[in-house]
Amino acid sequence: MMQQKPSDPLSQGSGQTQAFLQTRNRRDRTARKAFFGITLIPVLLIIVITCLLVIRAWPILSSQPLANLMLGEVWKPTNEQFGFLPFILGTVWVTLVGVILAVPACLLVAIYLAEYARRSTRTIAKPVLDLLAAIPSVVYGVWGLLVIVPFVDDILGPFFHRWLGFVPVFSVTQPTGFGIFAGGIVLAVMIAPLIIAVTFEVLSTVPDELRQASLSLGATRWQTISRVVLPRVLPGIIAAVVLGASRALGETMAVLMVVGNVPSIPTSIFDTAYPLAALIANNFGEMMSIPLYDAALLSAALLLLVIIMIFNILSTFVLQRILGKARI
Amino acid sequence: MEPHIQVKDLNAFYGKQHVLKNINIEIPRNKITVIMGPSGCGKSTLLKTFNRFFELTEYTRLTGNVLIDGQDIYNRDVDVTEVRKVVGLLAQRPAVLPMSIFDNVAYGMNIHNMKKDRNKTREAVQHYLEIAGLWEEVHTRLHDPATGLSIGQQQRLCLARGLAVEPEIILGDEPTSALDPISSQNIEKRLIELKKDYTIVIVTHTLRQAKRLADHVIYMYLGEVAETNSAPEIFTNPKHERTKQYLDGIF
Ligand SMILES: Nc1ncnc2c1ncn2[C@@H]1O[C@H](COP(=O)(O)OP(=O)(O)OP(=O)(O)O)[C@@H](O)[C@H]1O
Ligand SMILES: [Mg+2]
Repeated sequence: MMQQKPSDPLSQGSGQTQAFLQTRNRRDRTARKAFFGITLIPVLLIIVITCLLVIRAWPILSSQPLANLMLGEVWKPTNEQFGFLPFILGTVWVTLVGVILAVPACLLVAIYLAEYARRSTRTIAKPVLDLLAAIPSVVYGVWGLLVIVPFVDDILGPFFHRWLGFVPVFSVTQPTGFGIFAGGIVLAVMIAPLIIAVTFEVLSTVPDELRQASLSLGATRWQTISRVVLPRVLPGIIAAVVLGASRALGETMAVLMVVGNVPSIPTSIFDTAYPLAALIANNFGEMMSIPLYDAALLSAALLLLVIIMIFNILSTFVLQRILGKARI
Repeated sequence: MEPHIQVKDLNAFYGKQHVLKNINIEIPRNKITVIMGPSGCGKSTLLKTFNRFFELTEYTRLTGNVLIDGQDIYNRDVDVTEVRKVVGLLAQRPAVLPMSIFDNVAYGMNIHNMKKDRNKTREAVQHYLEIAGLWEEVHTRLHDPATGLSIGQQQRLCLARGLAVEPEIILGDEPTSALDPISSQNIEKRLIELKKDYTIVIVTHTLRQAKRLADHVIYMYLGEVAETNSAPEIFTNPKHERTKQYLDGIF
């Protein structure tokens, strides 16, 4: 059968196809708008929540200089003293210990899985790691209470105190097991799957040709990883760690259960602490008769939200550039 | 003269797929040996057994021997990094390392701890860039990222980088197939210059390139070596039916 002279549907189509094309395009535009609208909802939600927090926190934010709040060391709601410093430092310490404990192990695991492991090992290890990420926070908390706190109390605390006690950061002054170190250990385990998964993804973006180029020159695996692979993905690995840190900053339940919750300024990893998230969770809804108390808690929430948002945006930005570029 | 590479009863498997079947060949020293054959016949696989890249793929199996200067490279106490130092590879598409032009060439020397000081390294980098015919083009921007070079320049950089670890054998798996004609000619010219010092094994799909380069030809078909002979012999008087058909362009 002979082909008809090819017709250009844009200019020469029959009336019917014209109409069809128009509806089709209109639908496409509508769908596009609808999807855009739905995508906008989370963004709006963040804006709304932030605004709400600002409004509710305003009474205290406007009553005194920000520095007073942030650097105040005393927390006595009954005296209307709202110093956030113990909580800010509590958050920083617990997060820092968690990240420091998690990162080296996570990097090794991710490097092992991405660079050394056989495919069969990977197919087993990955779901197990995902499972670890799916365990509810409160379960980690219970595990922390039952296992980690006694472990810190009976073994780690005495050990560190004996051998490194002369360094203030490692000395034990309140031997209960509850405190920053226990919180850090629990956090480290909780953020590990995320850091491992993201680092693994980042490592997978390195093209195999590069590894082969290095290996073909007689480099060992480790030389290839340390001189070719890692330098290339360093920003991505930092972003993975920051993402893990932002997860740790906001983690509430598990930490709250093991960290002691005493609003004082910690000087040792075996001291108790009171992170911002725990403060909010423990107190919100209580003692609301004290003026400004509610505002103080909500400004704590605002503070936490802002810090986490900054961490998240930075790391997502870096990761998108790395992962996005490789996927094109 | 004793052959540089000897392959004895070599069999290779990807999983259950038998891709190299009883390969027995000898590759002469300081000559260009060209491996030809239809797509999927096992040319790349054969090449990968020479620098032990075959084992980088999972679920593979190899039996038989590959001897380089009489030494079995699959012997237990042979260090695989030593094998790859002696047997360089020029890949199909140039993979420059994400570092400067200078550092690309210096990379291999550094990992093998070959140069005692920075000055020696600098001399060597210049030397190998000159051999690869790239020095003139890049000597003013040695510390710029190598990714800024054209593909043809990148391939010559890969050649310089490979030569810098002082190999004795250069493998090339269709090393010019990603390049434009001028760059290809340039690489071919380098290879011909290099054969006085190196043993070169090239896989190519272009008959004309094979005729320009080859001193010796291995013709493969379905995982077997169908015919191997000196270039003039095989091009004018192919013995095997498949070789004849291939040369006549029936494939
Ligand atoms: N990584 C791999 N996994 C499984 N099978 C493979 C793999 N690489 C190659 N093969 C198979 O081994 C056989 C030989 O492949 P090889 O790449 O050596 O062929 P080739 O002669 O180089 O082909 P071409 O000319 O297309 O490059 C083919 O049948 C191929 O499908
Ligand atoms: Mg091939």
